[in-house]
Amino acid sequence: MSDRNRWLTAYTLVGYVFLFAPIVVLILFSFNDSRRNFQWKGFTFDWYPKLLANSEVLDALSVTLRLAAVAVIVSVVLGTLLGIALARLQFRGRAATETLLLVPVVTPEIIMGLSLLVFFFQLFGARGSFLQLAVAHITFCISYVAIVVRARAAGMDPRLEEAARDLGATALGAFRYVTLPLVTPAILSGALLSFALSFDDYVVTTFNAGVGSSTLPLYIYGKVKFGVTPEINAISTIIVAVTAVAVLAAWRIGRRRAGGQEASSA
Amino acid sequence: MADAPDARRIGPVVGTASLAGAEPRASLGNRLAGAVLLVPGVAWLTLFFVVPLAMIFVVSLGSRDALDRVVLDQLSLDNYRRAFDPTFLPTFLNSLRYAAATTVLSLAIGYPIAYWISRYGGRHKALLLVLVMLPFWTSYLIRTYAWMIILRDNGVANWALQAVGLTNEPLILLNTDFSVILGMTYGFLPFAILPLYVSIDRLDPALVAAARDLYANGRAAFLRVTLPLTMPGIVAATILTFIPAIGDFVTPDLLGGAETTTIAKVIQELFLEGRDWPFGAALGFLLMVITLGGTLIALRPLRSEVVGA
Repeated sequence: MSDRNRWLTAYTLVGYVFLFAPIVVLILFSFNDSRRNFQWKGFTFDWYPKLLANSEVLDALSVTLRLAAVAVIVSVVLGTLLGIALARLQFRGRAATETLLLVPVVTPEIIMGLSLLVFFFQLFGARGSFLQLAVAHITFCISYVAIVVRARAAGMDPRLEEAARDLGATALGAFRYVTLPLVTPAILSGALLSFALSFDDYVVTTFNAGVGSSTLPLYIYGKVKFGVTPEINAISTIIVAVTAVAVLAAWRIGRRRAGGQEASSA
Repeated sequence: MADAPDARRIGPVVGTASLAGAEPRASLGNRLAGAVLLVPGVAWLTLFFVVPLAMIFVVSLGSRDALDRVVLDQLSLDNYRRAFDPTFLPTFLNSLRYAAATTVLSLAIGYPIAYWISRYGGRHKALLLVLVMLPFWTSYLIRTYAWMIILRDNGVANWALQAVGLTNEPLILLNTDFSVILGMTYGFLPFAILPLYVSIDRLDPALVAAARDLYANGRAAFLRVTLPLTMPGIVAATILTFIPAIGDFVTPDLLGGAETTTIAKVIQELFLEGRDWPFGAALGFLLMVITLGGTLIALRPLRSEVVGA
């Protein structure tokens, strides 16, 4: 390896350290035995059981999980159908549908949040509720599911469906017993990504939450504005762990392509 | 993010398209199936995404009454005029400054990393890219908070600086331009690395080797071959970091403190505290136009990677 390559390798290594160091620091400090927590005072596991005794945290966690569950279920159904349609069908308005799918992904979260706030308030006089949050979360999850499912469905051999039809399966039967099982890995990774997105969303949520529908990220934000505490480090660590597991699982499942081909890109 | 279409796949797809066209028997059923697949998702996104955006635009043309309610009697462009008023110029400029600094830093940090993954990643390329994207998927709020732990007066950075004797008293790192730009760069670096990687990976190393054979030194080969040929990736990376940085709310709020004003912070305050919705809507709509315009341009050359189209 030449000197130049060695420098480049070192640089890349530092880059990865930069990406992961803050997360490692956060996790370490959730085990720090000190309230003021700016220096390492020794290992403790105390902050985690304390969370279980905090009813505010538990309520927020319950809202967050119920919200994520609703968001995942609805967005997976809608996104899967849409993804399959885009991969399989030729129809007028296809380009428009693709744009409709892509635009929510690149819209600043603050715009999506405030547009739904305006929508619900101006039309229904609503000032935030669990339902409103569910609609908001479903809306930003659909595109991700559809994009993942579409990529897989496009890679699937359409002759499999045709063979099923030739063998007497109805359109619904072919969909149920051939298409759906083949795109299941993509549906699973779409579901996991939606869960991760919903579980830690702050910006859209802050515009649409109402009394009694405060989520874990909202709780954290409220506390964080007034400083750093070990309890918040502990909750944050749990959230990071949950989302990291979800995303890595989504990636592993997504890699398994039809016919056993490995994906060449991530 | 699908793999590139290959001959194997194009074959059967093209075959089916023509087959479907020659099959009038199934067309009614196909149409029904198509409607079942398409309508729910399209209807949802239209109702809860397109309509709300249209409503923001309408509200941005309105005004408010004494009770801060939105009034739509007389539509005008007054709010947009106000947005370009000199009093708001510093806010816009501040957002632009943060976004520009973030973009430059992300490119400088991201390009060598993307280059390394492409050239030396070997069979671990996919994993290395997932590792780049993993922080992006873990809560933006929490990643920003992690920098608070590091940068505050009695935080990890100051502790380390004092431990190695670089300073005797804590430096003020948090609530500065430095902390905002650092936080944004950290947050959006993955958006730079991904498109840079795609375009570097497409560059045929033989072209660089040819330049070297023709007596270009390493620097000249990089400046005159590698850099121009990866320009689409650089453009995409620029826009993909600039755009979210301009609309970012969490970082300036948490790492910038009370005195940092950005367009996203102003919008948030107008909606949740000030209750001047029409003006907030106008600012939001402007942000949306900048974002969408920029992103659509940036994604054009990268469409196949992102949408799998």
